[in-house]
Amino acid sequence: MTSLYTLTDLSKGYTRGKESITIFEELTMTIPEGDFMAIMGPSGSGKTTLLNLLGGIDRPTSGSVECQGVRVDKLSEGKLAKWRSQNVGFIFQFYNLMPTLTAAQNVELPLLLTGLSGKQRKERVATALDIVGLADRKGHRPRQLSGGQQQRVAIARAIVADPKVLLCDEPTGDLDRKSADEILETLQLLNKDLGKTIVMVTHDPSAARYARRELHLDKGRFVEQVQEPAQ
Amino acid sequence: MFNQIGAVTMINLRSIPQRAGLSLATIISIALVTGVLLGFLAMSNGFRATLQGTGSESVAVMLRAGSQAELNSGLSSDQVRLIEEAPGIARDAEGAPLVSGELFVIVDGIKRSSQTEANLPLRGVGTQALALRDGFQMVEGRMFEPGTNELVVGAGVIREFSNFDLGETIRLGPNEWVIVGIFSTGGSVFDSEIWADIAVIQNLYNRGTGVQSIRARLTSPEAITELQAYEEGEPRLNLDVQSETDFFAGQAGGTAVLIEIIGWPLAIVMAIGALAGAWNTMYSSVDTRMREIATLRAIGFSGFAAAVGTMVESLVLAAIGGLVGAGATYLVFNGVSASTLGSGFTQVVFSFAVTGGSVLAGMIMAVIIGFFGGLVPAIRSAYVPLLTVHRSE
Repeated sequence: MTSLYTLTDLSKGYTRGKESITIFEELTMTIPEGDFMAIMGPSGSGKTTLLNLLGGIDRPTSGSVECQGVRVDKLSEGKLAKWRSQNVGFIFQFYNLMPTLTAAQNVELPLLLTGLSGKQRKERVATALDIVGLADRKGHRPRQLSGGQQQRVAIARAIVADPKVLLCDEPTGDLDRKSADEILETLQLLNKDLGKTIVMVTHDPSAARYARRELHLDKGRFVEQVQEPAQ
Repeated sequence: MFNQIGAVTMINLRSIPQRAGLSLATIISIALVTGVLLGFLAMSNGFRATLQGTGSESVAVMLRAGSQAELNSGLSSDQVRLIEEAPGIARDAEGAPLVSGELFVIVDGIKRSSQTEANLPLRGVGTQALALRDGFQMVEGRMFEPGTNELVVGAGVIREFSNFDLGETIRLGPNEWVIVGIFSTGGSVFDSEIWADIAVIQNLYNRGTGVQSIRARLTSPEAITELQAYEEGEPRLNLDVQSETDFFAGQAGGTAVLIEIIGWPLAIVMAIGALAGAWNTMYSSVDTRMREIATLRAIGFSGFAAAVGTMVESLVLAAIGGLVGAGATYLVFNGVSASTLGSGFTQVVFSFAVTGGSVLAGMIMAVIIGFFGGLVPAIRSAYVPLLTVHRSE
């Protein structure tokens, strides 16, 4: 498989007062296109930080993040925002929907950054909501939806602009088991049927089993475990 | 970019009800600033309009040189005779010069609103006085009979002062008068006056045959220069000659400017308070939406769009405040009759006038408050850390 991401000697740390804290050092890895990778590890191991670096919402202390030939860590803020809008779909633990917008309006947000007409945007939104099984809830506001439904709206928002990669930060962390399984099945479907590359941070082993492989991040190092996806 | 700004603005505006209390406080404080400013401007405009509306370019007003106001002017009847013979003076159908020597004394009236005494001008006029006031008409009753203790009262005096109703007998100083008519000159300053026969006033107030001002109708507005030249060349005359328009513009200026001098600084001080309120509201708006803003930025929205959205929210709140303030001022004050001390140390009755210009000034002030109140929060929203996306609510 062609590699989507290449991380080379990636280090990230920050200072708190006079204290220097290293999260990870000289991390090198590739993420192939079409992968579904679960990143696990204890709290503070740098799982979310890694996800932020992949998504271009944080910058490394040193090393490089390359995505299909683009040095993401070197892009200016403006270019980085454009790159994110074209390549990355984010799914957050707390859904991060706009409470005053309807499901359809939330899903439409990434499309406002494209040159699509209003009609084209509507069609794309309908398709995305259909994929996550919420076509009949397009006029509902987030507070009128359950947690699982809100996360599915967030997934629709993440895929509507057809990005190459979905970055999921504890996507089932706020959900009950049944809703969590539905979300994970949806992610698996997106990976298998639509070929989306998915990087998912989770602390839940049963969630990680939906991925093609698990990476355990501990003390700044990866331990890889390849597995058959859960059925 | 417009799509981005539109979306962020819509999200911001729709979230206003979540901060209803603070947003309402901002709207009210900006409405109060606009209301106070418009109130003062309406007063100043009304006062200016009353005095400026009084003047005619075709009427000359003459006072003793250097006296500036009728109250401290004094002229002899000889000077009136000389003006009657002056060039540029219009004449009536019978060929009589349209010249009116007038006396001006101050009497006490009781204000309806406060039941306190205030100065009222009692003007002694002759028969020609009416021909020198455009738009003069008797609203009720009749003109006074020369040589009697009869008064006619301006419509403004009736509105603002007690005991001047038609048919009443009123004591002004040592003398009793009967009110026989109510006149109007279309809202001009003369509506704030009481008129009686000049000969009676001269007699009762021991003024001999003297007058305090001379009014004369000119053959044309340009004839004022002829009259001024005549006055300069005639050693028995020592007068300031000016058109009635210029005379009242000078009288209006001082008081109107004084009202504005009080009004603007008061509004500006209040505006600073409102600005702090707007700033607080917008800061809170950005604070409560930090995660939303960061999410939009993570999706790819620009910091500029986030800043513009915040600014538009601030401007919308300010504009609503401005409109509420202007609307309330218009409903409460526009056309309301009031009186204040004019340059002649007498009460001038005028109507508050909320004009388009002053509404515009109030709205500009509201928008300026919105702009500066929203500026720092808008900049802050452009730089919300992207990592805030992971924050739980």
